[in-house]
Amino acid sequence: MAWQVINREIAAAPADGKPLLTEEVKAKIARFFPKYETRRAVLIPALHVVQETFGNVSYQAMKEIGEFLAVPPSEVLDTMSFYSHFWTGDRGRKVIVVCRSLSCQVMGHEALLEALRRHLAISEHETTPDGQWSLMTEECLGACEHGPCMLINERLHAKVRPDDVARILADPNCDKE
Amino acid sequence: MAFEPVLSRNFNVPGSQSIDVYRQRGGYRAIAKALEMGRDAVAEEVKKSNLRGRGGAGFPAGTKWSFLPPNRTVTYLCVNADESEPGTFNNRYIMELDPHMLLEGILIAGYTTRATIAYIYLRVEYHKAYRILQKALEEAYAANLFGKNILGNPDFSMDCYIHRGAGAYVCGEETGLIESLEGKRGWPRIKPPFPAIAGAFGKPTVVNNVETLSCVVPIIDRGAAWFASIGLPPASTGPKLYTVSGPVKRPGCYEAPLGLTVRELIEGKDFGQGMQDGKKIKAVIPGGLSVGFLTSDELDCKLDFDDPRKYGLLGLGTAGAIVIDESVDLRQVLMNIARFYSTESCGQCTQCREGTMWIYKIARRIASGTGRLEDLDLITEITATMGMMTGRSICGHADGATFPLKTLIKKFRLDFENYIRNQKGVAEVIAAQ
Repeated sequence: MAWQVINREIAAAPADGKPLLTEEVKAKIARFFPKYETRRAVLIPALHVVQETFGNVSYQAMKEIGEFLAVPPSEVLDTMSFYSHFWTGDRGRKVIVVCRSLSCQVMGHEALLEALRRHLAISEHETTPDGQWSLMTEECLGACEHGPCMLINERLHAKVRPDDVARILADPNCDKE
Repeated sequence: MAFEPVLSRNFNVPGSQSIDVYRQRGGYRAIAKALEMGRDAVAEEVKKSNLRGRGGAGFPAGTKWSFLPPNRTVTYLCVNADESEPGTFNNRYIMELDPHMLLEGILIAGYTTRATIAYIYLRVEYHKAYRILQKALEEAYAANLFGKNILGNPDFSMDCYIHRGAGAYVCGEETGLIESLEGKRGWPRIKPPFPAIAGAFGKPTVVNNVETLSCVVPIIDRGAAWFASIGLPPASTGPKLYTVSGPVKRPGCYEAPLGLTVRELIEGKDFGQGMQDGKKIKAVIPGGLSVGFLTSDELDCKLDFDDPRKYGLLGLGTAGAIVIDESVDLRQVLMNIARFYSTESCGQCTQCREGTMWIYKIARRIASGTGRLEDLDLITEITATMGMMTGRSICGHADGATFPLKTLIKKFRLDFENYIRNQKGVAEVIAAQ
């Protein structure tokens, strides 16, 4: 029997065959070029731009970033996978990051996590089926005086008690300053 | 005599983030003065102040600048704003409440070291600081404080860019930071060569912490002699932004001269104001996680560059205290620390990667209730006598892991023996298995 080979090239490409990185996204990335001696140094800024635009950095995006910056896609993956802030898969529209470092632990981060798990009916590093929420934990967020604290996208919530969870998550602007 | 705030003097002033308020309060006077003094005089002044780096290692800042080779054409300044040491947030206060003080420090340092570009390596989690710094930078550019011929000086042009990190503790190490800046994984480099000789893009590079650069402003403004009279000279000079967190009444960031005792920081009326709800102190990490633990009997430890060593600690660290009260299960503390160093190890050096991982596994065993007494010796052996871990790694991560782990086991050994002999495991740990 013949080997069945999966054509990963096609599987990874977008359905309409168009490139993921539009001219607009490329222009955003190109703005970083004059700031650095090498194109390679623009990689992390580029990953930020792509993730802010698409919500993640897919393998297709990695390939295209690599082409744009003249960095092999394997090295794009190498750099990207080192950092906890970038992800390849889908995440919820609102990503909750609970600080799990010592100050927040002493102030009760476990009870906060438990309240979030129960409220969203998911575990850590999972996304709700409706794609609204992801629940993550991270090492020190540098807001120890506010422990236990959590980020929802870019907004920091300080001294969150388990009872506060339902109220905070019900606010549609809970991820905006 | 009450201490007059130096670094935090603008923190409570309304509009402190704006260039106008900063100028009204005497801001950008020091850079003008520095340009008049000339590079050599500024470098000499910073050396005389005996300013030591505030990022954790305490290396003299003036000496660091003097390592730059004389015949260089390009110099980079990297501002270490990757503040990720657990318990530490003083840089965040500076960036959120007085961003122009940092920018002025960058200008003075950049002028003195002939830097052409300053990169502020900012940790990605500091979203608010990012927005505030961006705005401050725009204001500074508009006022010709960055760009070409700064303040009309034909001999000084410098750009300043914010480079956002992406979540990696090890990028706070200066060569890890440089690798990350170059678009690679943040693997610390083998030294030498030190960054002063071959740093970012192979060029001479100075890496300074946010608070260190902020200290340069008052040194130039008011003189090295004045700065060196603050604190505990000659080794520990100047003011320091201390942070305190955990169940104290008033957790936060407070300024005092170097040499504040841990007790004052936790209990003083200008600082933490004592414990919440009559809680009792069990242990304190006085300077960011990596320095190690003090017991409740050791609170007279002075937070300067020497005293913490007398208590078996790594050093001053970042002067960010984490207070742990008696209700906390120390097994969870052990597990938390072990997990932190294990997950944040970059994996280059075998002893760090494997050592921290095995300690985490042992810590989990102890927390699950199936620990053995010899596990305590095993952890001590891995941290202290492995002979491979301390001081033989590319960077300080393994040393940073060693101190909290070994001091926790050593100073609270009876507690751990009691846990192992008499107590069930931590419910959450058992549930997670």
